[in-house]
Amino acid sequence: MNASQVLEREFLEIRARILEIAASLDRIDRAAGDVSLDANRQLLSRGIDLLSAKESDRAEQVQLLFSNEYVSDWQSDFQMKPRS
Amino acid sequence: MYYIDPHIHMVSRTTDDYQTLSQMGCAAMSEPAFWAGFDRGSAESFRDYFHQLTDVEPKRAAQYGIQHFTWLCINAKEAENVKLSREVMKLIPEFLQCPNVLGIGEIGLNKNTKNESIIFQEHVELAIEYQQQILIHTPHLADKYQGTRMILDMLAGHGGIERSRVLVDHVEEHTVREVIDAGYWAGMTLYPVTKCTPARAVDIIESVGPDRLCVNSAGDWGPSKPTAVPDLILEMRRRGHTEGLIRKIVFDNPFDFFSQSKNFSFTPPSDETRVFPTG
Ligand SMILES: [Zn+2]
Repeated sequence: MNASQVLEREFLEIRARILEIAASLDRIDRAAGDVSLDANRQLLSRGIDLLSAKESDRAEQVQLLFSNEYVSDWQSDFQMKPRS
Repeated sequence: MYYIDPHIHMVSRTTDDYQTLSQMGCAAMSEPAFWAGFDRGSAESFRDYFHQLTDVEPKRAAQYGIQHFTWLCINAKEAENVKLSREVMKLIPEFLQCPNVLGIGEIGLNKNTKNESIIFQEHVELAIEYQQQILIHTPHLADKYQGTRMILDMLAGHGGIERSRVLVDHVEEHTVREVIDAGYWAGMTLYPVTKCTPARAVDIIESVGPDRLCVNSAGDWGPSKPTAVPDLILEMRRRGHTEGLIRKIVFDNPFDFFSQSKNFSFTPPSDETRVFPTG
C-alpha cells in the first residue's frame, strides 16, 4: 500500500482516536481539582507533543517516554555476583 | 492457513476455545508455565500444575487435532519468594522427560527486583545444565524497557547460552531491536488492552523484518483473545503481504525455533491430513 492508501484506510480511525484523547483531556479539566502539576498529566502532554515530531519512530519514542529508566550498573546496586 | 501459537495459557481457557482455535487453523501451541492469578502456597501445588501442563492439556488439545507443547519454571511473579522458587526448581528435572516439554519458561522479570533476578539466573543455569531451550517473559508497561535490558545483561553473562535457542517474549517497538540484534528470537504478544495490537505487530514486522520473530496471543486468565494470531493474519492480508511471508511469521518461525528442542516431534498438517474438530 502506498502512503495515500494507508491514509485513506486509517483516516477515520485516527480521527476517532484524536477525538477520544481530546474528550479525555476535557473530562480531566471539567472534574474538580487541578492536576496540571501531576507527573502523569505532564507525561501525557509530552506524549502528545511527540506525535507531531517529524521522525518516523514516534511509537518507539512514546514507549520510551513511558518507560522506567535503565541503569547499566544495576547488578552492582543489587550486589549480584557475576555468573559464568 | 495453519498456524502455531507459541505462547498461550490453555489451563485458563475453556474446551470451546480449543474448538475455535482448531477451526481457525491452529495446528500446534506451546504453553509456558505462568502465574495462575494467585500465589500458590506450596511446591506441591506446582507439581500438580506441571502434571496439568504435561498430561492433562495435551490430551484436551489432541481431541481437537491440536498438538500441545509446554515450558516449565516458576514464573517471575512468584519468584519473589526465593525459598519456594528453589523448591519448585527441584521438581523440574523429572518433568523434563515428558514428551511435550520444550524447555524452561516463561522465566523472566516482573517488577525487576533482586529476588526475581536471582531466580532468573538460577533458571538459566538449570536450562544450561539440562541443555534446554529458554522462553523468557519480559515485564509490562513502564517496567518493560528496564526489565528487558536487565534480562539481556544477565543472558550475556552466561557463556553457556546458545542465543538461537532462547526466545525473549512480549517485545514491543522499544525492545525488539536489542533482542533481535543480540541474536535471540523475539515474540510479540497481541493483547486487546494493554499490549501490542495486531496492527502495531505488523508495523514491527515491516520495520524489523521477519527473521526470528514470532507472534502469540498469550490467551490467559486475564482479558485476552486466544484467536489473536488469526487477527494478525487478517491484518497482514489486508496490507497486501504475501501468503509466504504470513506463513513464515505464524508457522515456519515457531516451527524452526521449536525444532531445536529434542522433544519437538511434530508433523505439520497438509491439506490431505487435515484433522477436523470432533467436538
Ligand atoms: Zn505468558
